[in-house]
Parts: sequence; C-alpha cells; structure tokens
Amino acid sequence: MKKDEVPQDGDNLHHGTFKQLFYAVDASGDYTPVSSVGWEPENVALGQAWEEVEHRVEATRGKVASGELSPVAFYMERTLLDLPLLARKVGKFQWQVKRHMKPAVFKNLSADMLAKYAAVFGIAAETLQKGELLPFQRPE
Amino acid sequence: MTQFNHVQTAHCESGVISNIFRHYGLQISEPMAFGIGAGIFFGHLPFVKVNGVPGTTYRIWPGAIFSRVCKRLGVKMESRKFSSPAKARQALEEVIAKGIPVGMQSSVYYLPYFPASYRFHFNAHNLVVFGKENGHYLVSDPIMDTVTQIDPESLEQARFAKGFPEPKGKMYYPVSVPGQVDFTGPIREGIKQACHYMLKIPVPFFGVKGIRFLARRVKDYPTKEGDRRAALYLGNIIRMQEEIGTGGAGFRFMYAAFLREAGALLGSQELKDLGTELTAVGDLWRNFAFAAGRVCKARSADNVSYAELANMLLHIADEEEKVFRRLSKVKF
Repeated sequence: MKKDEVPQDGDNLHHGTFKQLFYAVDASGDYTPVSSVGWEPENVALGQAWEEVEHRVEATRGKVASGELSPVAFYMERTLLDLPLLARKVGKFQWQVKRHMKPAVFKNLSADMLAKYAAVFGIAAETLQKGELLPFQRPE
Repeated sequence: MTQFNHVQTAHCESGVISNIFRHYGLQISEPMAFGIGAGIFFGHLPFVKVNGVPGTTYRIWPGAIFSRVCKRLGVKMESRKFSSPAKARQALEEVIAKGIPVGMQSSVYYLPYFPASYRFHFNAHNLVVFGKENGHYLVSDPIMDTVTQIDPESLEQARFAKGFPEPKGKMYYPVSVPGQVDFTGPIREGIKQACHYMLKIPVPFFGVKGIRFLARRVKDYPTKEGDRRAALYLGNIIRMQEEIGTGGAGFRFMYAAFLREAGALLGSQELKDLGTELTAVGDLWRNFAFAAGRVCKARSADNVSYAELANMLLHIADEEEKVFRRLSKVKF
C-alpha cells in the first residue's frame, strides 16, 4: 500500500473523532506511519456486526414479551455477551444461567443472584426484577 | 508528574513495547518490536466461536510478542496478577507514585475513551498508565492519537473483566532495560521463529496451511451456513483483519516494514526485497477484504462470489508461502 493509497473513507462510525494508524510505503519503498479516518470494507463489517447485535436484541425482546424467555436472555444480548461469557461473569455454570432464562425460574431468583446479574448488565437490580426491557443504543 | 512520550501505533502490544522501552532510552520502532517478537501469524479455528462466529487471527496470541521481545533484548520485566481489585489498585498506585509507567491488560468494553463502535468484549488490550491527576489515571493507549484519562472505577472493571483471556489485573513494568542492544541476534531469532510458525506447524489450522483451510471453509459458507450466517462469518474475517489492534493486511504491512528496517540496519538487500514482496501480499489481503466487503453488503450469498473469494485466499496463501520460504533461507 502506497502512502497516497491509505484509505480515507470517512463515512464511518467515529464522526472523525478517531484516527487509526497504517503503515504505508513511500516512493523509495520504505514504510512510514500514515493516519486514516477509516476504510470502507471495515466500516461495512463493523456496521454488520452491530446490525447483528440489534437483530438479536430485538428478537430476544420479542421472546421475553411472549413469555418464552426471561429478561436475563434479553440483557445478555444487550450487553453483547454470549452464554459462556455471561456464565463466567456471574460465576455460574452455563446450564444454571440457561435455567435462569426460563421465566418460571427467573421469578424465584434470589435478590443476591439478581444483583449479580444486574451488575454485569450495568442496570439497577430493580429494573431487572421488574422485567423492564431498556432500549438498546447502538454506538454512534 | 511523570513525563511519558506517547506515540500512536497501529497495534496495542507492539505499541506498548515500543513506547515503554523508549521511556527507558531503548529506541525500538513498533515494526521492529513486532518482528523481533515474531508477531506475524495466521490461524483459523472454526471450533473456537465468539458469539457463534468462528475465530480468525492474523497475529500470534496475546502476550507472546511481549515475552519474546523481552527475552531476546535482555529486558527484565516485573509482571503481576491479582486476586482482588483492591490489591491491584494499591499496587498500581505504589508503582506510578515512583514514576514508573505501568503496562496493563484490559477489556476494551469498559474503556470509556475508546471509540464506541469498537467496544466489544475483547480482553487482551494493552495500555500504559503513567500517572494520576485529580483522581483520574493518565493513560497512554497506543491506538489513540493522544494521551487520555480514565476514572478508577472503569479501569478496575477493565482490568478485572471476566472471560477469555482473563486479565486478572495483570500489570507489568521493566525493572532493567539495557541501554544499547545489538539487534542482529534478536532479528535472526525472530525471523527464524516467524518462518517456523508460518510454514511448519503440523496441523491444518495455522500458518499458510491455515489460509488454505480458511479458503476451503469460505467456499462452502453459502451452502453450509445460509445467507445470513455466511455474510456474518465473512464480516468477521474482515473485522479481524482490519480492526484496530489487529489488522491482517495491517500486520502484513507491519512485518514488511520490519523486514525493510532490518535489511537497512544489517545491510541486507535480500531482506529489503522480501519486505517489498510482502507489501505486495498485504495488498492482496486488502483486495480480498474489499471484495469480501462487497459480498457482505450484497447480503445474498451466491456460490460464485464465495468461490472467487476462496480462490483469492488460495492465491494469497501461495504468495505468502513463497515469501516465508525465501525468508527462511536468507543468510545475514
């Protein structure tokens, strides 16, 4: 990649507040660092990753509303976690967390356990207990 | 207050090495650190999934570059992990009070200053804390263009994020740094190791074999995974290639920069030529990402485009193999 080929596709997700560094070659073939505001394929891939998160959050919201899953499942998606990672964060086995995603089991969770989940999800324990589903804000 | 000369770099681990060593008078560029640490690599592990997407890496595993560079240059590091956040905080305070900049492992999810769209649960990000002002820590994060600050609570969350790999408050700082180092031996060892990892690991997931393995998988994505998953998997290959702190083509260019620098330092035209050839391979990776980005955007998976992408990968594997075969035979 030559210096003048370093992509500057600014239609990205940081509004010009962030620049990353690339190594590019000058006329003699030696490398110099050049800063870039973004690159189209990366923007596409990042956008796609966030769309996928949105898709999962909304799909799970529906399942919680219909009584299929508990709010734990919703907030797991909202916090960008998956089952192994969430289990690790609350210090439980995966099968236990999976059980907590059943509305009937969730109803009887101890205040302690609810507080643990709420801390991982970055919300108030009360919000979780009441089953309030906060909106998901994709980073802009 | 400690003066710390922050320089933005392309990758966090080689960047922290370069920035910390410079603080102690050992001048080493980021590409040189990356090369001596044999950072270049490729791996595709379909059974290691994050959020259901198979993992691809363009670099060696976190921490390896650091430990190799220290060993090869004779730098002695003190590295500690902690059982409790309180102990970790106290240890950090004691060390920065002595004016010692401290490197640490963190999760980017909890770094408030980090570009929001990159804040996924990635636990192997490196940064340097070099002081404290008005209750906030002063941070030199190698991927940011200037120094920044972080509040103690966020830093604690970032240092004690659970998951894989688990930072456990890991912090590190040099206890002895040699002033003058002859890079010849370390460069030779680094190149030898990189060639070994790229060419000789006897399983199909790693090195140039790994690129061919990925090519075969990509070809089957539309039939095996369906439209949505195929595009998602492809997107992840691009992201791992270009996302800050990773950079696949980026890593090829960085290693090429290392070969050019090493060639100039040791007076080896052959190393410099290989640097130029690897630059061409980096450009092939970029073309691949560009084509893959288009396929991602189109959303409908057709076999033809995935087969074309697979062919591009096979071509890349051939070219990369040529470079590393020649590199493994260079005498200097």
